Amino acid sequence: MAAKTEIPTAQPALSKEEVLRYSRHLIMPEVGMEGQLKLKQARVLLIGTGGLGAPLGLYLTAAGVGRIGLVDFDKVDFTNLQRQVTFSTSDVGRPKIEAAVERLSGLNPEIQIETYETRLTSENALDILREYDVVVDGTDNFPTRYLVNDACMLLGKPNVYGSIFRFEGQATIFGYPGGPCYRCLYPEPPPPGLVPSCAEGGVLGVLPGIVGAIQAMETIKLILGKGELLVGRLLQFDALAMRFREFKLRKDPACPLCGEKRTVTRLIDYAEFCGIRGEEAPTTTVNIPEITPRELKTRLDRGDDLFILDVREPHEYQICNLGGYLIPLGEVPKRVSELDSSREIVAHCRSGKRSADAVEFLQKAGFRKIWNLKGGILAWSDEVDPRVPKY
Amino acid sequence: MAVKVIIPTPLRQYAGKQESVAVDAASVGEALAALTSKYAELQKHLYADDGRLRSFVNVYVNDEDIRFLEREKTSVREGDTISIVPSIAGGR
Repeated sequence: MAAKTEIPTAQPALSKEEVLRYSRHLIMPEVGMEGQLKLKQARVLLIGTGGLGAPLGLYLTAAGVGRIGLVDFDKVDFTNLQRQVTFSTSDVGRPKIEAAVERLSGLNPEIQIETYETRLTSENALDILREYDVVVDGTDNFPTRYLVNDACMLLGKPNVYGSIFRFEGQATIFGYPGGPCYRCLYPEPPPPGLVPSCAEGGVLGVLPGIVGAIQAMETIKLILGKGELLVGRLLQFDALAMRFREFKLRKDPACPLCGEKRTVTRLIDYAEFCGIRGEEAPTTTVNIPEITPRELKTRLDRGDDLFILDVREPHEYQICNLGGYLIPLGEVPKRVSELDSSREIVAHCRSGKRSADAVEFLQKAGFRKIWNLKGGILAWSDEVDPRVPKY
Repeated sequence: MAVKVIIPTPLRQYAGKQESVAVDAASVGEALAALTSKYAELQKHLYADDGRLRSFVNVYVNDEDIRFLEREKTSVREGDTISIVPSIAGGR
């Protein structure tokens, strides 16, 4: 779809310094003085300053988007630095917003940066989004993505969408006049637990850089009103194969938010939308017997015969381990025979979630003397042996 | 008809870690049935208990969403590519 968004042309011209700063834009007819002034007049809201937010913030700031809003409530931690290139090692522990403002205003002091150090909620979303021309979704979870989508549709704002998983990315623009929304693409989120998060599934550090840069490019094209926008098309990127593919993305006449019969007319409870109505309601972990890292340590120290079962993947075992017997969760069903149900078994994983599934499965298979290590190897590192690296 | 089914990253672990699987089918439903009979674990990731395709998993024949064609009854031709594209939400 051809771009149509018109940002009112600014009255004040660029300063001499700005002309120099943006000269590589100004000498291109596709941007020129008119386009650069549109960028200067534009107001863009970035939701999330993490992996996608990093290239977005840097490129939109560098490009001269006049007013940039940042929404985040998180603090910088060491595991962020592998991909969140806005932050320095010395930023670890600081609020992301604070570190991002410092970095971005250092890059381009002409830009006005508004900050919202808060979680985006159904209560505050409309008030925050209202002040902006374009919203860019760089969040990391389904509830916030549906919230951003719904708020954008209710306000009539374009939503430049990008998401990533391991080495795969998706990007498109929702909420363009007459175009589809996120619910047209995916009417409902997966039930919790069926799709791993980045923290569980991992992500190749360069991937959010590429997908975030695509979002930044589309944001700039939207503002300029130039080129073929990523509207009505879902772009899918496979970094391992280094292949981009495109799928048609249509407006769904049955969409509850923007279809013919609208049933969603205001913001809802997105945690509930993404959680409770899942087909596989989280009934697990309720009756899973647990042992704390300290209890386990005490028992091992006094020489109890405990069999430690590690249900992580082999590459995780290489990062750190408790000397346990390794059977990845996915292989537990077919390798049950390797386990001795007469012995006491303590299953563990990284955080205690996968091993809870393993314990539940083994209980059903007849194992009675089995416990889940509460909090996994992360908790072991915190409570028993800090030499064990956390990941 | 030989068609290629492209397996998305999150589901490859349930499909022998393969990027794509070749199946013989005349419709999307047949292709997916061939796939899940070969890789049983994929079943619960593609279909809900009521037997319907999950609403966070889209299936495309070449670049067309089957929801706007004839869903699983959509016919496929020799050389077509079926893509399974689930919802992903990562961003940090």
